[in-house]
Amino acid sequence: MSGTYLGMPSFPEAAKDAVHNVTLRANLRHATHTIRDKRARAVAELADWAQLREAGKQIKNRTLRHLDRYLEQLETAVTEAGGTVHWAADAEEANRIVADLVKATGEREVVKVKSMATQEIGLNEALEAEGISAYETDLAELIVQLGDDRPSHILVPAIHRNRGEIRDIFAEKMGSWGRPAPDGLSDTPTELAEAARLHLREKFLRAKVGISGANFMVAETGTLVVFESEGNGRMCLTLPETLISVVGIEKVVPSWRDLEVFLQTLPRSSTAERMNPYNSMWTGTVDADGPQTFHLVLLDNGRTDTLADEVGRQALRCIRCSACLNVCPVYERAGGHAYGSVYPGPIGAILSPQLRGIQSEIDASLPYASSLCGACYEVCPVAIDIPEVLVHLREKVADQGGKGHRLEKAAIKAAGWVLNHPAALAAGERVASRTRKLHPKKPPGAGAWTASRELPELPAESFRDWWKKNRT
Amino acid sequence: MSASRERILARVRAAVADAPEAPEPTRDYLTTHTPDDPAAILDLLHENLADYRAIVHRTTADELPLLLMRLLAERGSATVLVPPGLPPEWLSAADATRIHDRSVSTAQELDAVDSVVTGCALAIAETGTIVLDAGPGQGRRRITLIPDHHICVVRVPDQIVASVPQAMPRLDPTRPLTWISGPSATSDIELDRVEGVHGPRTLEVVLLRD
Repeated sequence: MSGTYLGMPSFPEAAKDAVHNVTLRANLRHATHTIRDKRARAVAELADWAQLREAGKQIKNRTLRHLDRYLEQLETAVTEAGGTVHWAADAEEANRIVADLVKATGEREVVKVKSMATQEIGLNEALEAEGISAYETDLAELIVQLGDDRPSHILVPAIHRNRGEIRDIFAEKMGSWGRPAPDGLSDTPTELAEAARLHLREKFLRAKVGISGANFMVAETGTLVVFESEGNGRMCLTLPETLISVVGIEKVVPSWRDLEVFLQTLPRSSTAERMNPYNSMWTGTVDADGPQTFHLVLLDNGRTDTLADEVGRQALRCIRCSACLNVCPVYERAGGHAYGSVYPGPIGAILSPQLRGIQSEIDASLPYASSLCGACYEVCPVAIDIPEVLVHLREKVADQGGKGHRLEKAAIKAAGWVLNHPAALAAGERVASRTRKLHPKKPPGAGAWTASRELPELPAESFRDWWKKNRT
Repeated sequence: MSASRERILARVRAAVADAPEAPEPTRDYLTTHTPDDPAAILDLLHENLADYRAIVHRTTADELPLLLMRLLAERGSATVLVPPGLPPEWLSAADATRIHDRSVSTAQELDAVDSVVTGCALAIAETGTIVLDAGPGQGRRRITLIPDHHICVVRVPDQIVASVPQAMPRLDPTRPLTWISGPSATSDIELDRVEGVHGPRTLEVVLLRD
């Protein structure tokens, strides 16, 4: 299960296994339904939700329109506050920058705050190749890391595991990464969380280097913001001597005041709480409090390509709340792994093919991993029209060609010609009606399309003939 | 300047060159969801703190030392971390040995301390949040993180705001800020909420009427 996503089968194939896995489906159903109901209640508390959503959308749109200006402003502010800013065009460059920074400290291990950006670039694997151990400290990420597994949800990466599975992973694997799980560990969440606390505390207290992402960066002040619940983030952001944050360039917001919008919408959309237990905000370095060395690595890795697409760029508004995953009927049944990308669910289906391009089989299949029901758009706190982008990407995939798409294109082209020539259409309809006994139930060569669809039965006469007889 | 910096900025400029102008965002959302009544705001803060499983106390300046003594004694705390600018009278009745967070103190040493008592920068009623900004009565970020028991004193009414939009202009982003809403918690195991993974497992908030 571990390793990169390259060479993953396309979505329909990957989803086939998941939908037949009864445990997985039960875990997912329980989790997504619990959280979506809670979220609806948390959102209903704010009478101005629609206005907050619109403001969030507009703040992000403005940021993206002037991204160059805000990034330069951010760089200046962070530098003035004592930080160092690095720019990484792609995953490889970001990983090299981080590995070099860690090596320069002389350390061989780092503690990590859960971060989608570092997952996206495969930082842990890159550091491992350089002989550096990266310890995930978010409970769910720890479960994933110890289980040699992949995350399956943006917010709760181990959502696909139940308590029994987690107990087994802890009992079996903790010992090889540090302090072993206590003897006789049960599967109650309290005991499991306690085992994680003991296992990780020894790492926090000795760590010299911390690595994080950020939920937001404020251009005006150079402030970075991390939302979390467990306190593992605070540990990694506060105790080490050196802090390295790897953040996508789209995470910037123009002003300090802009945070007031997202501080209200992000917790309610993601964890369905009025506020998550901890938010950390820091600006450069502070004398005698927290890391005395701070590096910010600004990551492109496909984001400027996404920005260049006028329909698709709205995906960069995403604040990674994962509300769209929890309401998606496709995610609920297929699970996060089937998407073959760090970003699963509806947002993953539009973000991953844009960040990575649509050349691979999995990326070309992702825009189709949706019923286009629109629930994802309804819940999105920054109003990303995910269905619109899905359809737009489907068009791109179809334009790119491929066996099924060539056949479909030829069929549509032929149909277009016939519909433009009424005499030919009428003649064709008559022939079809007269020979209807001879037609196969399924046309050859369209297996995927007809596997779950019946062709309609042809009537004995065409509508035009019927109209002529009865109405003229 | 790095080649990647120039490359990324050039790519951004090219990508949005034809994009329509984006106006200043419209801010027609509410600045508060709560009536402008100090008593109602205090009650809401109390309710939301408790809802997130913080233990809430109300007291006056005269009674504060005895309350803090009792809270530390009930927990059996032998040692208590004290930020440099904490008003000395707050802990005048407490029996626990005061520990100061010195620059040479290691995280391991702080891990052996039982409790910490701090003030705060402000509290937000609608979200049940206390905000620390490392001011003199609060100390470094690590002291409210490592001990398992945190008592935080909020001055009523001047340190309480109703909402997040009211909090922002009162905070200084150049200071390190920690927003705390209830004790450390996780919902990563089947979405069951469990208190206390890495931060303090017990958060007590004292609402101190001036």
